[in-house]
Amino acid sequence: MSEPILQITNLTKSYSGVKALDGVELTLEAGEVHALMGENGAGKSTFMKILIGLVNPDSGEIVFDGKILGNGGVRDIDRKGISMIHQEILLIPELTVAQNIYLGREKEISGSKLGWLNDGVINAKAKELLTQLDVDIAPTTRMKQLSVAQMQMVEIAKAISNDARVLIMDEPTSAISDREVATLFRIIRDLKSRGVAIIYISHKMDEIFQISDTITVLRDGKYVGTKKASDLDSATLISMMVGREITNLYPDSVAQRGRSVLKVRDLGKKGVFANINFEVHAGEILGIAGLMGAGRTEIARVIYGLDRPDQGEVYIDDVPVRILSPDDALRHGIGYVSEDRKGLGFIPQMSVLQNMTLSSLANHRQGIFINAKSENSATHEMVSDLKIKSAGVGQQVTQLSGGNQQKVVIGKVLLASPKVVILDEPTRGVDVGAKFEIYKLIRSLTEKGIAVVMISSELPEVMGMSDRVMVLSKGKQTAMLSKELATQALIMKYAVE
Amino acid sequence: MENNIQTRFKNFGQYGIFIAFALLCLVLAMITPRFFTVSNLMTIGNQVSINALLAFGVTFVIITGGIDLSLGSMVAVTGVVAASFAHPDTYPLIVPVLLGLAAGSGMGAFNGLVITKSKVPPFIVTLGTMTIGRGLALIWSNGRPISNLSDSFNFIGGGNILGIPFPIIILIIAFVVCSIILNKTVLGRYMYAVGGNEPAARASGIRVTRVKMWVYSICGLLSAMGGILLTSRITTGQPNAGAGFELDAIAAAIIGGTSTSGGTGTMTGTLMGALLIGVISNSLDLLNVTSYYQQVVMGAIIIGAVVLDGMGKEKR
Repeated sequence: MSEPILQITNLTKSYSGVKALDGVELTLEAGEVHALMGENGAGKSTFMKILIGLVNPDSGEIVFDGKILGNGGVRDIDRKGISMIHQEILLIPELTVAQNIYLGREKEISGSKLGWLNDGVINAKAKELLTQLDVDIAPTTRMKQLSVAQMQMVEIAKAISNDARVLIMDEPTSAISDREVATLFRIIRDLKSRGVAIIYISHKMDEIFQISDTITVLRDGKYVGTKKASDLDSATLISMMVGREITNLYPDSVAQRGRSVLKVRDLGKKGVFANINFEVHAGEILGIAGLMGAGRTEIARVIYGLDRPDQGEVYIDDVPVRILSPDDALRHGIGYVSEDRKGLGFIPQMSVLQNMTLSSLANHRQGIFINAKSENSATHEMVSDLKIKSAGVGQQVTQLSGGNQQKVVIGKVLLASPKVVILDEPTRGVDVGAKFEIYKLIRSLTEKGIAVVMISSELPEVMGMSDRVMVLSKGKQTAMLSKELATQALIMKYAVE
Repeated sequence: MENNIQTRFKNFGQYGIFIAFALLCLVLAMITPRFFTVSNLMTIGNQVSINALLAFGVTFVIITGGIDLSLGSMVAVTGVVAASFAHPDTYPLIVPVLLGLAAGSGMGAFNGLVITKSKVPPFIVTLGTMTIGRGLALIWSNGRPISNLSDSFNFIGGGNILGIPFPIIILIIAFVVCSIILNKTVLGRYMYAVGGNEPAARASGIRVTRVKMWVYSICGLLSAMGGILLTSRITTGQPNAGAGFELDAIAAAIIGGTSTSGGTGTMTGTLMGALLIGVISNSLDLLNVTSYYQQVVMGAIIIGAVVLDGMGKEKR
């Protein structure tokens, strides 16, 4: 093999005495896709932050292209050819695709020292670039009109235009549909053939094995090992990541199916979805599957009162209810855990405790005052029930790991004593260990007689957890499958119908 | 991991103002013997009281992610309304006081109503009501000061109880009540939630509209208290009174660590901010610095406070 493009040895970084990274190493060859795996908190983000120059390491060496990579800041490292496609898209919505790609480099591109803008040149260059990547996006489109997947393509194009030789992708498929994943992978393979090395971070096992050549695993900030993807299977990989074996990711159901709790009749919203009919019983999990844009989240939002329907009725315990706001929904016993944890899940400035009781403060009030004692005991009970790991209930919620943040949001909904809980992508951005715990938690809800609606893009999850699966395609309900019938092939068939 | 650095900076944000305030007082006590006299401290308390009341109100608003530019106009409207019912031997004291408070909280409620129903940003809405309020005060008073107020009314802003100026007593009571609202009540918790992440607050079942109505009304009520204090102190209802007061109040809240992006802030911080502003302008007076320079100093302090606050955040 030729000289590696990137060689990192013995990287160490501590934050106030706590080692976030301890002797981490990584060797990256040109034209390889190198997966970086590890649970949340394993040190992946710190590692990448160091690599792109956002954070300085305490010790260790990074050799890029035969030379030691000094830290001249993010911009310098970006120019040297190491770029990162962020989990949260960092483009400017009001500017066009071309303007975003060449943002900050207008002078060089337009060839004007004074900084006169030449949109013609920029557009032409961007068009060339996008054609090269075989991406069908007009350079004059405004960013805000694009889908998440398209924005990602633009970010990649931007990195390529910068002659990136190492491209870091952080959870690139967390918000895009299966079809878009296929396009992304085609582009990744194309980049590989041009000698670009890719560091690929994801929690999705099937993707990792599909796309990566080499896999490096971190655990608790330490380097666990590097293996060829072809020498690994998912069970081995998971045990490397969590340091123990998880035999059955989806716990068995022992819950009894009870009476009908939530019933939806002919629910519709113009241009989004129509004629949705389903029923969920106490102790039952109804899975909702479908591609991105099939209307899954939109249905949940209408049932929870975040949006208004144009037609149809919602029944709780067989009684029709009128839900105009989340406040109404909660009072009728409907809880909702959003897919958008940061946007709709928690209040970033608030503590674990303050977040968890937000939907149930009515239970802890004495007149206008909050009864701190009862609030505290309810929270502590829920924290230990859900096994939330924090420095204490007073810790700010943003300091928790993704999995624990998700548990806080779920805990908030549970404290409001719902009869039915709608979970929208409950394990998005959550690592394997925490996923397993969330699955157990969902099972325990059904054992308490709560009805669960689970929306998920991960088919194995839908099939592993659901008692029945409703499949949506373009806003239409195309199938209602029992657990026995719900195979991956059949779900996909109805999802693209 | 990063928590320690973060808390260290956050702690500086919380306690920095106390340290700055203590240092300032120490220096002043050394260079001007007149600073640490009972009469001077009472003067400062008296001067600070009106700004602090307004600042408490706007702190609630800023915590919910809003802003209120109509504070000064609410002071003026309250002042002329109260004054016109406070002439000697007309109505009992309670009438001008209640009508004044009603005028202020009514204007505040109007702000809240327009902001929640129209979705127009609070900055624009309250910029509008600032001008409307000023106009209403001029219309009500025919553009002339309303004087000849009863002694009992003038006691509010000028009287003493056991040697303590009445405005200081009102200030302390308001501070305690506002702190309790913010820290101990459901409404206070909801204010932080709405300002921290409004969509998430709504999705958590909080009736955001109701919270905002309360917040702007309370802000109006506190401005009205400031308006009555001012009118009583200058023994005249001035339609032009209170112009620019909103800026001092917002400055006090910001210097005290309330973030303009919402979700954070404390009444203690705001009180310290108001005291700091009060002490600085008092000391510049004592040191015979002309008011022109005072404005420059005050502006620099506002920017400095926010820069410090921003430095704390960047480290996250």
